[in-house]
Amino acid sequence: MKTEEPGMSLIVKTITRLTVGLILLYGIYIVTHGHLSPGGGFAGGVIIALSFIHLMLAFGKELALKKLNQSLSSLFEGFGAIMFLTIALIGFVGGYFFLNFISKGKPFNLFSAGIIPLCNIAICFKVGAGLFAVFVALTLLRMNGKKG
Amino acid sequence: MFELYALLIFMIIAAIVAVEIKDLLSSIVAVGAVGLGLSVAFLILKAPDLAITQLVVEILSLIILIRATIKRDITPVNGQKELLNAIIVLLFIGGFLFFAYLALKDLPSFGHPIMRVSKTYLVEGLKKTGATNLVGSVILDFRAYDTLGEATILFTAVIGVLVVLRRVGRKGVGEEVKEDEEYED
Amino acid sequence: MIYLMCFSLFSIGIYCILVKRNLIKIIIGLGIAEYAVNLFFILLGYRLRGRAPILAQDQVVENMVDPLPQALILTAIVIGLAVTVLVVAIALRIYEKYGTFDITKVKKLRG
Repeated sequence: MKTEEPGMSLIVKTITRLTVGLILLYGIYIVTHGHLSPGGGFAGGVIIALSFIHLMLAFGKELALKKLNQSLSSLFEGFGAIMFLTIALIGFVGGYFFLNFISKGKPFNLFSAGIIPLCNIAICFKVGAGLFAVFVALTLLRMNGKKG
Repeated sequence: MFELYALLIFMIIAAIVAVEIKDLLSSIVAVGAVGLGLSVAFLILKAPDLAITQLVVEILSLIILIRATIKRDITPVNGQKELLNAIIVLLFIGGFLFFAYLALKDLPSFGHPIMRVSKTYLVEGLKKTGATNLVGSVILDFRAYDTLGEATILFTAVIGVLVVLRRVGRKGVGEEVKEDEEYED
Repeated sequence: MIYLMCFSLFSIGIYCILVKRNLIKIIIGLGIAEYAVNLFFILLGYRLRGRAPILAQDQVVENMVDPLPQALILTAIVIGLAVTVLVVAIALRIYEKYGTFDITKVKKLRG
């Protein structure tokens, strides 16, 4: 009669401790280099959401929700959407919608290409936080009363 | 192009396995195989952005499908009306494929696309936006309005899921909500 | 010829949506149909012996594949994920109310 531990077995927990930070770092790399190499905001946002889901699957719901609870991820999603819209509307000052107003530097630098890295970061917040909130809602429903 | 044909045959066989098999966990694994074959097909067709995105989106949708549905019971179903249904659907699909073959003859042959707008994007992309990833510059600079629409769709889907799965009058983690309280009008 | 194989993958998905009675099988058929549509668009934009649309250090633009379908299908993939998640959430609510995933038993108007 051993007590029920949340999450999965010991091997999975050890590997998760080693790799979840690397997955998060890889997601951030794909987002910020979106204008230089393949990737962009959508793929990077899904990878960041996957790193938090990995934490939740391996350690149980309580420990993962302590790191990023549901109201905080809803806040991040709204913040990402508002940031994207603000970048679009500022372009109205110069000329038309979505004007690329920041200077385009030399190509192949990290800080080039105008508003494209900022848009990538905004989309990454939105997609990552939204998908994590949806996953938490889908699995917390099972915990809260199963009928039938 | 031999590897593309082999990959498509693998995907079709995996899709037939996913549709016909009776165990739910095996059919979800077969859909995962179809998605993985699709990601490799995107790599063969020289689209690396899409291969990365398709791979991680496939992983996430498999996790959601398995996690949310695998502990429910599966009731086996069989019936006589299902055979008549299947025959009518197969006749319709045969007609659809015949007319699709007649329509596909009008498309440009495989490998020689008409690129009227894309020539402008390719030639002037680096000069006008400063980004070397041309697909990224098309999404976020030339066609940024479509990306705004897509962000709206994601937002609406997340709000929809959070509304559908909401508990009216939640009473804490361990208690159950009685069913009469949810549907009163 | 390769377009016909892509269309037959799509018709396998449509067959699964129309014939099967388990709700999870219907969601799987929707996913297969959506993969086939994405593949068809990228097949349209391929140039034989072309290069990926990423500029390298030598900055030569000729002989690249078409970047416009790739940009459109990139958003379509993420939209497909959003639709799948929403349909799974609705399926979970149906299971809670009726106790089964069989669509012929989901008929009562007031549970």
